[in-house]
Amino acid sequence: MRIPGGGRTALALALLAAALLVLPFFVGNYVLSVLVVFLFAAYLGQCWNIMMGFAGLLSLGHALYAGLGAYVSAALYVRFGVPPWFGLIAGVAVAAVAGAGIAALSFRFGVTGVYFALLTIAFDEFTRILFDHFDWVGGSAGLFLPVKTLTHSDVWQLRGSPAMFYYLLLALSAAVLVLSRTLLDRRIGYYWLAIREDQAAAQSLGIDVFRYKMAAVILSAALTAVAGALQAFYDNNLYPDTIFTTARSVEIITGPVIGGVGTLFGPIVGAFVLTTLGEAMTVAGSYFGVPGLKQWFYGAALVIIVLLQPSGLWPWIRRSLRLGEDAR
Amino acid sequence: MPAYVNFVVAGFLTGAVYGLMALGLSVIFGVVRIVNFAHGEMMVLGMYGTIMLNQYLGLDPLLCAPLDAAVLFGLGFALQRGLINRYIMRPEHEQFILMLGIATLLTSSMLMGFGPDARNVQPDYALDSYELGSLVLDKVRVFAAAGAFVSVGLLWGFFRFTRTGKAIRACADNQVGAQVVGLDVKRLYAVTFGIGAACVGAAGTFMLLLVDVQPYLAGDYTLLSFIIVIIGGLGSMPGALLGGLLIGVSEGLSAYLITPSLKSLISFGLLIVVLLIRPEGLLGRRA
Amino acid sequence: MSAPLLTLERVSKRFRGLLAVDDVSFAVPEGGIVGLIGPNGAGKTTIFNLIAGVYRPDSGRILLGAAEVGGMRPDAACHAGIGRTFQLVRPFGALSVLQNVMVGAFRSGAAPVAAERAAREVMERLGLAEKADAPAQSLTLPERKRLEVARALATAPRLLLLDEVMAGLRPVEIDAMVGTFTDLARDMGLTILLTEHVMRAVMALSHHIIVLHHGQKICEGTPAEVARDAKVIECYLGTGT
Repeated sequence: MRIPGGGRTALALALLAAALLVLPFFVGNYVLSVLVVFLFAAYLGQCWNIMMGFAGLLSLGHALYAGLGAYVSAALYVRFGVPPWFGLIAGVAVAAVAGAGIAALSFRFGVTGVYFALLTIAFDEFTRILFDHFDWVGGSAGLFLPVKTLTHSDVWQLRGSPAMFYYLLLALSAAVLVLSRTLLDRRIGYYWLAIREDQAAAQSLGIDVFRYKMAAVILSAALTAVAGALQAFYDNNLYPDTIFTTARSVEIITGPVIGGVGTLFGPIVGAFVLTTLGEAMTVAGSYFGVPGLKQWFYGAALVIIVLLQPSGLWPWIRRSLRLGEDAR
Repeated sequence: MPAYVNFVVAGFLTGAVYGLMALGLSVIFGVVRIVNFAHGEMMVLGMYGTIMLNQYLGLDPLLCAPLDAAVLFGLGFALQRGLINRYIMRPEHEQFILMLGIATLLTSSMLMGFGPDARNVQPDYALDSYELGSLVLDKVRVFAAAGAFVSVGLLWGFFRFTRTGKAIRACADNQVGAQVVGLDVKRLYAVTFGIGAACVGAAGTFMLLLVDVQPYLAGDYTLLSFIIVIIGGLGSMPGALLGGLLIGVSEGLSAYLITPSLKSLISFGLLIVVLLIRPEGLLGRRA
Repeated sequence: MSAPLLTLERVSKRFRGLLAVDDVSFAVPEGGIVGLIGPNGAGKTTIFNLIAGVYRPDSGRILLGAAEVGGMRPDAACHAGIGRTFQLVRPFGALSVLQNVMVGAFRSGAAPVAAERAAREVMERLGLAEKADAPAQSLTLPERKRLEVARALATAPRLLLLDEVMAGLRPVEIDAMVGTFTDLARDMGLTILLTEHVMRAVMALSHHIIVLHHGQKICEGTPAEVARDAKVIECYLGTGT
């Protein structure tokens, strides 16, 4: 894997990594919790980016996969005492199957573009209503995980301080970043980009479009579910109306859209901007007694970015810092 | 008379309002080809507008409808003219994101302006009903449906008989041809968006007679509009009305047969089936 | 000449009311260059799309060597050895020239290093080596045409379908392309079926020409024979008095 920009960038990245690793020792729990929110957004944004940015498939129902990951792992833990990591794997499997099902149906029936996006919303909302009436997992009243105060963090049981989740998510975000970069350098990445640019041309070059689109959806869904499971054990409560709602799907895509769809660092940059400014808005909102300021800011950010800089903040930053095209 | 008939008729009447709401979306998509993700938000805006008119001018909600429609027409026109027109040629997902952003802005603005609590109007006839045999119909429902049907009729007349209406239909059929004949397509798009917004504004007024309003309804109405328009046929106006009535009746029936809260399940299920099997809907033409 | 690589046997294709291809049969020998000409609407691009798998023939067979390729999906057709360019070029705009060609090269194997090597070789042949890192959308039309060919060539086809690849090129560019294709056929044993309106190119390149009109084959032969044929003259120029 080539590091773009050579030695200088490698050093900068190393310093950044070191800073991120020691950060929890220097900041309080509040900042740490904000960072956890940021990392969730960065991770989820990257997962969504694989489907949209690379393969060009617009999913507006991604909350479905996060929600499935959350509910499956949480329910198994609460009802059967299944260890969280096994539950997470089960959740990933369920989400992958769901993604495969939606993708297979859509592609076989030739549903694309607008209609595909609407279909993803429909499946997500359908699932939300189902879970609202699914009393075994608490229905609309929610599912609650038992919270025990421990003297130390237990990674195996996923019970721990924000710092523990911070490191977990940091590792995951880094992992998906490396995965994305690797995939883009290999045939699958090239094929995805070709499909995104021009499906008919891609097919004429021997690309089995159906198979590669499926791969993108399944991978994206599976990775998203991991975050869902972690979210369940972090928040310790789940409600269908918050987890599966379309508003959640919109939240997931806002980061990558702001930062730059299709780029590697775009979702991370976008997540950072949205989380920090979003926090500021929430604080300002409660100080001035104005509800909904954060959502207002999210909406405004979307409109402004699409108007002024549709390719996102990261490409613009990259140009300004003259980092070159290679630093995707 | 079997008990479910009341539910079906009530659903039919509600469906008329749904139909008007969806008609606005159909008009916009059929002509301007923009997927208006902010449709439900505009409707809720219309509902709040009615609340204000009712509160400060003491107007009966039914009389608010034309005013509401006029204001929303202006807003829609300005929005299209000022902002959305630039996105006609841009990739689909950029249009989406733009409308999503506008939708989010609208919802949060309404949250800020009106607060999260539900509000409603209380016209004098709120608790009255008509009785036809064993059929009991709430006056509000009948009036709302009547208003909706009248609006649809006016719209139909507009598109059939006025010059602007015919020009808009020409645009929808053949955009290049329309330009060649000298039609100002951009202005017509703005007018069309305005009309779509006006529909949804009027629909909002009528809907307020049936439900309470709060900012978070917007998303549900956007989705419902899409469900209706797709089932009825994207770009088909009779289809939108038919779809609205269908959804209204199905909601009424499912309220009777199963839990009311599952009514949306049927709607989403229908949407999935239609998207897969027959994306052009019942009456639409292939996009 | 050698044994036929591509054979069309009584192929027909109907679109709703229109019979676009009507009972057409011809063969393209291995290593040969065959031109498919005819007025607009004669069915040339439809035949290409039938061979490349975009459409299924309603009747008849299409054979590559001994294998039946009629009705295959476009990606399967490519794996069978059919490469094609599009009449309106379709570059992957956001990707660089090299990346575009690599997409084609990956058909033969998943290893990025080998694909890059193969891609660079093809780009060299088509004179695109200097533009390797340029984004495809920044190319001029003649360059895009060469990219289109390079990309298809990178899939290592046995048969290359060229759909009006000379359209929009200046005479000096046309001559260059003619030279490139002649060399390719000779050096790589590539079989080429091309459709063209630019007569200069067709006559110079083709060993053999097939003339279509209203979906039917009305004539075939060497360029000289076809140019003299009364039916051909009539279909292009109409009947005079």
